[in-house]
Amino acid sequence: MAHGHLVAEDALTMERQWKLPDRGTVGIVFLIVTESVLFSMFVIAYLIYLNKSLVGPYPKDVLELPILASICLLSSSGAIVFAEHALKHNRLGSFKLWWAVTILLGAYFLWATAVEWRKLIFEDHLTIATNLFGTTFYSLVGLHASHVIVGLIFLTIVFVLTLLGFPIQTQLRRVLFLSWYWHFVDAVWVIVFTVVYIIGLPR
Amino acid sequence: MAAIDYPLQRPKAEPGEFSFSETLYKWVATVDHKRLGLMYVASALIFLIVAGIMATVMRVQLMFPNGHVVGPDTFNRLFTMHGTSMVFLVGMPMVAGFANYLVPLMIGARDMAFPRLNSFGFWIFLLGGLLLYYSYLGGGGLSGDGSAPDVGWFAYAPLTERGFSRGHSSDYWALGVLVSGFGSIASAINVIATTFCMRCPGMTLKRMPMFVWVMLIDSWLIVVALPPLSAAQVMLLLDRYLGANFFNTQNGGSAVLWQHYFWIFGHPEVYILIFPAFAILSEVIPIFSRKPLFGRPAMVAAVVAIGFISLGVWAHHMFAVGMTSWSNTFFAASSMLVGIPTGIKIFNWTATMYGGRLRFTTALLFCCGFLFQFLLAGLTGIMLAVAPFDWQLHDSYFVVAHFHFTLVGGLVFGLFAGMYYWFPKAIGKMLDETLGKWHFWLFCIGFNLTFIPLHFAGMLGMPRRIYTYAPGRGWELWNFVATIGVFFQIAGILFFIYNVLRSTLRGQPATDDPWDGWTLEWATSSPPPEYNFEKLPVVRSSRPLWDLKHPQDPDWKWE
Amino acid sequence: MFEPALSVLLQTQVPNVHEFRITNIFKPLASPAAAERTAAYLVLAITAVIFVVVAGLICYTIVRFRRRPGDNELQEPPQVYGSNQIEAAWTVIPILIVFVLIGVSARVIAAIQNASPPPQSVKILLVGHQWWWEVRYPDYGLVTANEIHVPVSSDGKHATYLQLTSADVIHSFWVPQLAGKTDLIPNRINYTWIDPRQPGVYVGNCAEYCGTQHANMLLRVIAESSEEFNAWMSAQRKPANNSDTQLSAAQTVFGSLSCVNCHMIRGTSAIGAFGPDLTHLMSRQTLGAGVLVNNTENLRAWVNDPQIPKPGCLMPSMKLTGPELNQVISYLQSLK
Repeated sequence: MAHGHLVAEDALTMERQWKLPDRGTVGIVFLIVTESVLFSMFVIAYLIYLNKSLVGPYPKDVLELPILASICLLSSSGAIVFAEHALKHNRLGSFKLWWAVTILLGAYFLWATAVEWRKLIFEDHLTIATNLFGTTFYSLVGLHASHVIVGLIFLTIVFVLTLLGFPIQTQLRRVLFLSWYWHFVDAVWVIVFTVVYIIGLPR
Repeated sequence: MAAIDYPLQRPKAEPGEFSFSETLYKWVATVDHKRLGLMYVASALIFLIVAGIMATVMRVQLMFPNGHVVGPDTFNRLFTMHGTSMVFLVGMPMVAGFANYLVPLMIGARDMAFPRLNSFGFWIFLLGGLLLYYSYLGGGGLSGDGSAPDVGWFAYAPLTERGFSRGHSSDYWALGVLVSGFGSIASAINVIATTFCMRCPGMTLKRMPMFVWVMLIDSWLIVVALPPLSAAQVMLLLDRYLGANFFNTQNGGSAVLWQHYFWIFGHPEVYILIFPAFAILSEVIPIFSRKPLFGRPAMVAAVVAIGFISLGVWAHHMFAVGMTSWSNTFFAASSMLVGIPTGIKIFNWTATMYGGRLRFTTALLFCCGFLFQFLLAGLTGIMLAVAPFDWQLHDSYFVVAHFHFTLVGGLVFGLFAGMYYWFPKAIGKMLDETLGKWHFWLFCIGFNLTFIPLHFAGMLGMPRRIYTYAPGRGWELWNFVATIGVFFQIAGILFFIYNVLRSTLRGQPATDDPWDGWTLEWATSSPPPEYNFEKLPVVRSSRPLWDLKHPQDPDWKWE
Repeated sequence: MFEPALSVLLQTQVPNVHEFRITNIFKPLASPAAAERTAAYLVLAITAVIFVVVAGLICYTIVRFRRRPGDNELQEPPQVYGSNQIEAAWTVIPILIVFVLIGVSARVIAAIQNASPPPQSVKILLVGHQWWWEVRYPDYGLVTANEIHVPVSSDGKHATYLQLTSADVIHSFWVPQLAGKTDLIPNRINYTWIDPRQPGVYVGNCAEYCGTQHANMLLRVIAESSEEFNAWMSAQRKPANNSDTQLSAAQTVFGSLSCVNCHMIRGTSAIGAFGPDLTHLMSRQTLGAGVLVNNTENLRAWVNDPQIPKPGCLMPSMKLTGPELNQVISYLQSLK
């Protein structure tokens, strides 16, 4: 059967008016949906095992609020918005600056986590095998940190490409999706922080 | 043009024209949704045969009391690998395969939204499957302790913990399924993006073929229901490798948490598996009844309702774990509610056939088999949802019979219907109808002969997953008959394999539109070119080809 | 593969004991199972009607609307797209049915789960092990294995209450004629109750897959009159019979073997806790959690190599010499 016959008389009008969502947008949205479910499973495990550890150390003995790190991570969300804005208006220098700020803030967060873990493991002797607190703490915070690492790798790739003179303006959509992912990672931190350092840390 | 490209003198199949390495490269490196779809279906069929052989060995073992064919460890590995393979390496790739092949064709697209992600999804699924089977070689680890996983397909903790599952068998189970799960999620996101973003002009959501609708909801379920399993498997691996305590009951961990996580995934999963059959029936029944799908909006609403309700019923697999009476009542109620939209689907398919002119091709025969068997499966499902009845039936052979009625009597029959229906489109040859009818009748008789008796064995107190049983408990007859049925099923499958091979090589060539179809895949050649459509079609109703064939009475007049 | 002789050993029917071996869930002999049957009958009746009606409709459709020779192939049948009234009808009717079933389920769930033990009832702590049952009577200070003795409850007023837990993986308590399943879960205590109406032996199985020998983790609930139960209890509470001087050699042999690391025989040096308590082994009807009938021949086969009747079980073959085996058997047979 010939394919052309399907075209109705008003086909051209219909074709011209036919608008569909962008596939990248839909893809990244559902990636975030599926990741959210994954995170919520670890959050639920943390909450279920709260105060169920048979032996110490318990959260109140060892956890300290990572205030500065949290501020850094959350402000990196703002930095990436500025970077995006700069790129949209083709101000490449400003884009590079804000992008570098985003990476640095994210990297500081990761470093702070590493310092926290080092203290917990070597000074407080809390490992993933110690008790249920250790198990759920390291897996939840670790899952988040691994997402920060993935985000940082992609941010760095973009940064290096830009420094090498790659016309990043042509990839505005992809930069946008990366920033959405980064916002998602930050939003997850808000939940992790609330669960681990506020709900899980009775005063 | 054609005369220049293919001069008439040129022999059709010159030796040397077929290059193995080139063909292999074409398939391995492809990002074409049709090739990937076929590869999904083909690998699923191979795993189906392997897991079917496992089932046969188990049935032979249980044919008589005190069976001696295999020992307990082998038997336990067999049912674990059978279940895991059938769910993750047969059911899931069939979902992905049918969706991949048909969704772009049906919505008038040239490919999926993310062709390379699609290829990634297939290969990572295959890697997961091979990883699972590699356990037969590598599961022993250095100590030679263990082989293939023997913890059951739902791998209840703490049986999977280091202390009770030595060697690496459970690691292969968790890793293999985890990895193939990534493939499923990738393919599901792809299907969603494709249906939202790649439809041809005029293909509104309202006009989308029912098949695409069901696959869309199916993919939604995969996206939200698979991560709980992945999370649980990551936790299990943390337990096994780093000594974490998620499911370590010796250190305060909970054995029930695994069950919750597993079934939050596991119950939607059975709908994920059955949806392709729903999708196929919704296309095949109308065509061979020569009537549009009855109550299309209700069918869409029903599948959306199932997609949501099924997320809230998981604990009906856990009535025996000692939940409070309130939880048990809640999950009994929600589980029964899911029966309502399912019932609506069966009624609407019947109503589609009612008043039509039924052409009993093999495809429609399989659909009719589905209707009866899925009806029975749904009703035994209602029995299992009644928690007090479930306390007796849970983990008995009744449950085995129930879910084989849904997944074999339902899904596999639906898949066969789909294969007989779309084989001409995909391969360009017709499947032989006489062989097909032999296949249908042998398989249908064998299936019912196997699984109807197992309901009774369960009611007589036969628990599932036992490698042997003592005589004198009233189970002998039912088990014997069940095993006899297996041989009929094997005969049916042999007819199918022969039919596929013979028809592919020497079958009657298929026309572009052999069934007088109504959806867009029948508007292109058989098999379709790599770009699917020369010019993207424009549609005005849910049956674009009907409009074309009946210009005096097109569907869009009624919209 | 086993030697053919073993299939004789595997006869698990105990002679001269009334066993309820056909564990038909529709022949309940206790209140929970009877309540479950009531719910089952109702749901079976409703679903049977639905099946007949819907399957009948499908059959009628298939026969009535099949294509016949002589049909006009060019003329399509009337194109019917749907009907809101019909959709509404077959949505509302199932909803009504479902509400009936929810109501019934809720009532039976509450009746079984919310029953509270009468003060004088026997209480048992049942601990699942791979692949046997540890039976504890906390009020009597008794620990035994695999066979659960309970008083018969002909009037339904002498129910036995069970607390269920596990020492290793998940198991499930299922004696179909007495009650539906309740799981034995490590690190958690579940409850169930049974009130057997007739004296006899009720057979059941572990109903949750628990590893290699899940199939041979059988349960026996022995219901007897309260006099018999009390007599059994006082006999069981006594320590093992050590007075027989003829057996002191046999006892010494037994005590010198590693049997004592896993098994408890009260009143002796055998204080293991990993395997079943053997203090009154000979009072039990079966061996290996129901896999063999308890007689001399089977006991010998079991002690010689438990891996033959129950391959994969956690008791290893002890590789005893002939004389050692004889001594161990004669000692075990003194544990009446």
